[in-house]
Amino acid sequence: MIKVSGLTKDYGARRAITNLSFDAQQGEIVGFLGPNGAGKTTTMRILTGYMPPSDGEAIVAGYDVVEESLEVRRRVGYLPETVPLYTDMVVFDYLKYMGELRGVPKVDDRVDEVLGMVGLGDRANGYIGNLSKGMRQRVGLAQALLHRPEVLILDEPTIGLDPGQMVEVRELIREIGKERTVLLSTHLLNEAQNICDRVLIINKGKIVAEDTTENLQARLVGAERVIVRIRGEADEELAKTIKLIKGVRDIELKDDGAVEFEFSSGKDLRPEVAKQVIKAGYDLLELRPLGMSLEEIFLELTGPDAGKRK
Amino acid sequence: MKTIWTIAKREYDNYFNSPLAYVVAFFMLLPLGIYFSVILWASSQQSLYGGPAPENSPLTWLFVFLLIFFAPALTMRLLSDEARMGTLELMLTAPVRDFELVAGKWLGSYLFVMTLAAVTLTFPIVINNLVDPGIDLKMLLASYIGVALVTSALLALGVGISAIFSNQFAAFFVTLGVFFFLWFMVSLPASYLPSGGEVFNYISLSNHFTQSMNNGTINLGDIVYYLSLTVLGLFVGTTAIEIRRWR
Repeated sequence: MIKVSGLTKDYGARRAITNLSFDAQQGEIVGFLGPNGAGKTTTMRILTGYMPPSDGEAIVAGYDVVEESLEVRRRVGYLPETVPLYTDMVVFDYLKYMGELRGVPKVDDRVDEVLGMVGLGDRANGYIGNLSKGMRQRVGLAQALLHRPEVLILDEPTIGLDPGQMVEVRELIREIGKERTVLLSTHLLNEAQNICDRVLIINKGKIVAEDTTENLQARLVGAERVIVRIRGEADEELAKTIKLIKGVRDIELKDDGAVEFEFSSGKDLRPEVAKQVIKAGYDLLELRPLGMSLEEIFLELTGPDAGKRK
Repeated sequence: MKTIWTIAKREYDNYFNSPLAYVVAFFMLLPLGIYFSVILWASSQQSLYGGPAPENSPLTWLFVFLLIFFAPALTMRLLSDEARMGTLELMLTAPVRDFELVAGKWLGSYLFVMTLAAVTLTFPIVINNLVDPGIDLKMLLASYIGVALVTSALLALGVGISAIFSNQFAAFFVTLGVFFFLWFMVSLPASYLPSGGEVFNYISLSNHFTQSMNNGTINLGDIVYYLSLTVLGLFVGTTAIEIRRWR
């Protein structure tokens, strides 16, 4: 559905993206992560036919974004980052206008349907200029969904929404993503973790990682870290007990009364640890793996020391 | 074509939601109404001494003259505001050709000005009822064809300039400057040059209307001139949008 190869874009002397290659299949939600200025919006704008690349090729819904731009635009739903809207228009009229431009059949009915999907049915006759930021975001999303696009490209779709609305919109994206291809950029890493089948991490115009969040975690960590909590505060004796188990390393007594240790991925030492802790007479309350969060992965790959530590 | 019509319809409706359009309509129709009353009053005085019957051509001339000042206000925001508000990104990612966007904006503004022109048709209708054997309909038709053509050219140039800028006031002043130049200034060298002045006279926006169509004469050259300016304006607008994509 989306196939990008060797995509490069220069703004004058500045190179915004360099030789990007990736793809996204039908029924897949792909998260596009990266710090500000990494090239996410530029890539999305190229994929929507807004601007041509300086080099490389992008095929969206089977059409080339440069050679067959109009065909691509017919099949793509796009929510730009700033959600540009005609603030002097009524919500319904605005969506009807966009629907007519996209040749949506029975446009009035479809507008009603989409307004229901984004939870704006009761604001259909309100002026866009009077809506809150979150509601405008939903109008933008409704606009992107109007023509039942094969590919949905969403630039920060939940920004400005309150937590309740965020959950609703994510649920909606997940639902849409079952049948269509969704490429979404986000700063909220837990959002990517929750709804994306796969993430692309982009830094300084280059893709630095591309995988499922689980695989990324496994690849980057190479070891598992576990926290042990007992009734009362852990002491040196407990640390010594755990340390005696073969494979345990980097043991640490934490200030909050817990113990943390690490072991190589592949062999799960937790059953043995539990056995020994109980045998030593402690009341075991918690034995939990401390997975590397997507935030940590993100910083590892895009921070100032990116690529140096591994 | 359907896309152009969809965009034009929205722009046309949008004028009626904007105070600016009512201000333009008021300040165009008010002087026309006053001038019409003066013409009627003067004619009624002169008719006592066998003076000429009132004519409509001074009114169509005034309409076009006022448009030089007000058309930039109608076109200034058409594309510059889309660029400023970011809605241009929506338009350029919808299945809309760049030309269709520019032509739709132009057509919307054109229909608005033509609505104002239609209102001014009440003047010749009144005059027709006052004079015997009625006004010269061929001359009236030529005048209004002239109005339609001048309007088309002015608005196309205005839309074209609006596409270049992201600031509507910059678009306004540049459009006004271009209109001033083409209406008042460009034919000036013709008076001073011993030969070759015809070129400047031909480029002049006013000559093709005031000295020709508004006097009841329709020349193919005049029609070609105004249509060429219309095409030029739409071409400038389309190119400016394309350049925005590549920047």
